[in-house]
Amino acid sequence: MGHNGIQFSGVWKKFAKGEKFDSLRDLIPSMAKWLVSGNHRGELRQREFWALKDVSFDVHGQALALIGPNGSGKSTALKLLSGILKPDRGEVHVRGRLGALIELGAGFHPDLTGRENIYLNGTILGMKKAEITRKFDEIVEFSGIGEFIDTPVKRYSSGMYARLGFSVAAHIDPEVLLVDEVLSVGDYHFQQKCFDKMRDFVRKGTTLVFVSHNMAAVSGLCKTALLLKHGVPVFLGDVAGAIQKYYSFYEEETSNDNIELAEVRLRTAAGEERDVFDPGECVVLEVKLKALQDLRNAHAALLIHTVDGQLVFDTATSRLLNNRPLELKKGETATVAFTLDMNLRSGVFLMGFNISSEIDVPGQYIYYNGCVKRVVMSREQKANGIVHLNPRAELTLG
Amino acid sequence: MKLEQTEAWEQGPTDMSATTQSPVVTAALREAAAETDSRQEGLFQYKDLLLMLIWRDIKIRYKQSIMGFFWAVLMPILIIGSGMIVMVVFSTISGHPINKTDVLAVAAKAVPWAFFVAAIRFGTNSLVANKELVTKIYFPRAIMPIAAVLASFFDFAVAESVLAIVLILARVGVSVQIFWLPVLLAALMLFTAGLALLLACANLFFRDVKYLVEVVLTYGIFFTPVFYSAAKLGKWGWILMLNPLGPILESISSVLVLHQPPSPTWLVYSAAWSVLIFLVSWRIFQKSEAAFAEAI
Repeated sequence: MGHNGIQFSGVWKKFAKGEKFDSLRDLIPSMAKWLVSGNHRGELRQREFWALKDVSFDVHGQALALIGPNGSGKSTALKLLSGILKPDRGEVHVRGRLGALIELGAGFHPDLTGRENIYLNGTILGMKKAEITRKFDEIVEFSGIGEFIDTPVKRYSSGMYARLGFSVAAHIDPEVLLVDEVLSVGDYHFQQKCFDKMRDFVRKGTTLVFVSHNMAAVSGLCKTALLLKHGVPVFLGDVAGAIQKYYSFYEEETSNDNIELAEVRLRTAAGEERDVFDPGECVVLEVKLKALQDLRNAHAALLIHTVDGQLVFDTATSRLLNNRPLELKKGETATVAFTLDMNLRSGVFLMGFNISSEIDVPGQYIYYNGCVKRVVMSREQKANGIVHLNPRAELTLG
Repeated sequence: MKLEQTEAWEQGPTDMSATTQSPVVTAALREAAAETDSRQEGLFQYKDLLLMLIWRDIKIRYKQSIMGFFWAVLMPILIIGSGMIVMVVFSTISGHPINKTDVLAVAAKAVPWAFFVAAIRFGTNSLVANKELVTKIYFPRAIMPIAAVLASFFDFAVAESVLAIVLILARVGVSVQIFWLPVLLAALMLFTAGLALLLACANLFFRDVKYLVEVVLTYGIFFTPVFYSAAKLGKWGWILMLNPLGPILESISSVLVLHQPPSPTWLVYSAAWSVLIFLVSWRIFQKSEAAFAEAI
């Protein structure tokens, strides 16, 4: 190997949105109309948008992560690399045997057995028949399907299906590997196995392009990352920087006619404003708000999520202040402050704030307004996980 | 022609610009000199995939072996049955009795016609039916309609074997004319594969093409000399022969049953159509292939 790689230079790709003529029944009348009306510009023209705008990168024998919110063009980039799509402008080169873990079990036929589907899927992914025969035992072994190998795959559980799919794809021995969010298959044990397999590829010098929303996996596999937003390359460089930047996309503020969030401050107890804290540090979120309408029986809530969307913690003034509601007349202002001991592990968290009021049905809320702040917990090497439980250890000999 | 070049491609990338379609990739390959862009391999590289897809289609149909065999002969039997009715009507009107040769001639034409219908129907849907593959994985898309046609050819081979037994039992005998058969089948295959490529492509862009194809296939038998020979139409027979399938089917029945050589003029006419249809369809297919994943 060593000579494999990907070159993506100045790539633009456009898609048409809106209605397309995909039947003759629609096409013929519209063509007739087009001929008769003499309107040779308007109606048949489709609205187009750029899915990728001037994206360039080079990878040779390393791992590159493509990250970005949904709709940022990551999968489009992978499809351009695999040759499914052609760029409108720019050039895409791939050198070396290409393998793609994009759709697990693509082309699996439900009526065929696991054994037959290994051959079918393997050749679809570009393997020769003899090669599959050679690797067959290894593939079955890795998938953990075992005795079910001669059962039609329609009787498989979805986990077994995905495991077999990954197993075939992982044995292509690619020089260039494209991976699109496939680590979410199977149980924890299998995910770990997949992850290790990909790490092996990278160690062996495979060029890897990895698309994922799982930032732990991204930083575990890749040293560099390209961050895309709406098809525009925002950041290309070291993975930590890209991830930081990625999370800043989540910072948002919504406003409506009810409340204006005049000031949102994230600070230490001492009043120093910052967004990077040490685990265990005391943090204050202070929000100054102004009522644009009369506000009755409202409460403020605070939620902390991991970047994967897992709720870490939530609380509300209704619980903390003995159900004392927020009552404001139009034009009045108030300040809500939440103070927390941030016993969280190192990494990035999203702190959300919103104002809601309970309507007649208990448990049903109307949300007025909110914002999300990014909180970075500084590096703390003592432990892993979500929370920081301030660990200490003792060792007594004898 | 493209197919030949791909074999040269196997030996080594001697003339790279010839196998590529878009100017972008051509430029890329020139720049890359001796290094190949691994995604631009020729169709020949995908021989195993083609065989695997054919095997899949056959395997699924023959999973219950009795049913699979039944499917292969059902269509020809139905066609022969309808042909018999047509012949009975003809003979009642004309007063000539039905003879054995006429019936066998219909049988010899019904089997390739059934192949044509099945292959076109199956081929037209081949891309849309494999949508998941078209949008997710790259390989030359032409493999799909061609695999569909070849899988139908397997059924054809099964039905032809049955026909051979019937012909032997009927003591029709074999003559030297049977050596025409490979040529005739090649023309039939080329014509069918060409149409399948074109229709698969059209059906991908316009989903109602398959309904149109259904209608044409259903009534096409009346515009093709299957139930009767073109000669029966007297001086208007040539109109039926204009349909490129007409001379092919007539020739098949004449070399198998009547032991007469095919008409050279009509054979050349059909062969020319077959080659032309295939080349034009292949070209259109290759040109539009890049847009498949977006349009499907």
